[in-house]
Amino acid sequence: MMFVPGNNPGMMADAHIYGPDSIMLDLEDSVTMAEKDAARLLVYNALKTIDYGTTEMVVRINPLNTPYGKKDVEAVVKAGVDVIRMPKTETADEVRELEEAILQVETEIGRVGETKIMAAIESALGIVNAYAIATASPRMMGIALGAEDYSANLKTNRTPGGAELLLAREQIVVAARAAGICCFDTVYSNLDDMETFRKEVELIKTLGFDGKSIINPRQIEVVNSVFTPTEKEINKARAVVAAIREAQAKGSGVIAVNGKMVDRPVVLRAERTIALAVAAGVISEEEAL
Amino acid sequence: MVTIGPSEGLQVELQSSVAAQFGRQIKAVIVETLEGLGIKDARVEAIDKGALDCTIRARVTAAAVRATGKDVWKD
Repeated sequence: MMFVPGNNPGMMADAHIYGPDSIMLDLEDSVTMAEKDAARLLVYNALKTIDYGTTEMVVRINPLNTPYGKKDVEAVVKAGVDVIRMPKTETADEVRELEEAILQVETEIGRVGETKIMAAIESALGIVNAYAIATASPRMMGIALGAEDYSANLKTNRTPGGAELLLAREQIVVAARAAGICCFDTVYSNLDDMETFRKEVELIKTLGFDGKSIINPRQIEVVNSVFTPTEKEINKARAVVAAIREAQAKGSGVIAVNGKMVDRPVVLRAERTIALAVAAGVISEEEAL
Repeated sequence: MVTIGPSEGLQVELQSSVAAQFGRQIKAVIVETLEGLGIKDARVEAIDKGALDCTIRARVTAAAVRATGKDVWKD
């Protein structure tokens, strides 16, 4: 998910050329108070006009308790955004308040139920309430970590190893998985240190995240290379899936592949590997069958 | 950059790096946007560096909203 400032029309027009899975147009922290109205109109008109193809379009709105939040919701829902990212989410009630505001606009334009919600969790209270937030609405498609505000709230600092974020990251993955929704990691803002960025992407993939927030097109290749399964992993996954299908046809649930026992969790991981390979475009849907 | 002031009828002053190719189109977008907002009297000064139509629409709307104090979104 690539962050793009909502007050930069050039970047908004070009962002999808670099091929991110999703683009998050920002109306919150990257826009000064004096520019909130103009940025909202730029984002509205960009969403209405620019053909972003299959790129998922997300807009980070201002909190609903500011003078800008409800107008942001009206504008982006009317523009047909896929997902609204709610910043600084701390409770399930805040999600329900957003849900109500979305429904009001959707009802007005006759597009009920189309807008999804992603909640950014950026405080200790939000982390404590992560599961309640993740399950607060059927519109919830994901939760994401906002590490800068979270670290400040914890009264600590960001470090290259990310020790200060470990509990929050694990809590977000567990809450998302329990709720059956997606989870996205925070941004890494030092563009001059791609080595530490890669290590961070490897870490969050191991923890179970579905993806990483990025701030520059240069970071896309690193995220894709870490998340895309290798040829060896794909071949192994296909062997597992083929073997289990054959076993199921014979009425058995447990099999061995290359001398190792394969049961349901192994099959689930293999299926995810194949799904990731298809999503990354490494193999086609036909090849995955 | 777009600035709006009082006038009789719609007057558009355009400075654009692509005026030769797209000047008419840009002026048409400006007029259409103002008419869509119900504005019939205004003098618009626009300085353009090759913006997309959607950007011009947004900039003109923002200037009009600030000039009239009448927002396009609900309060």
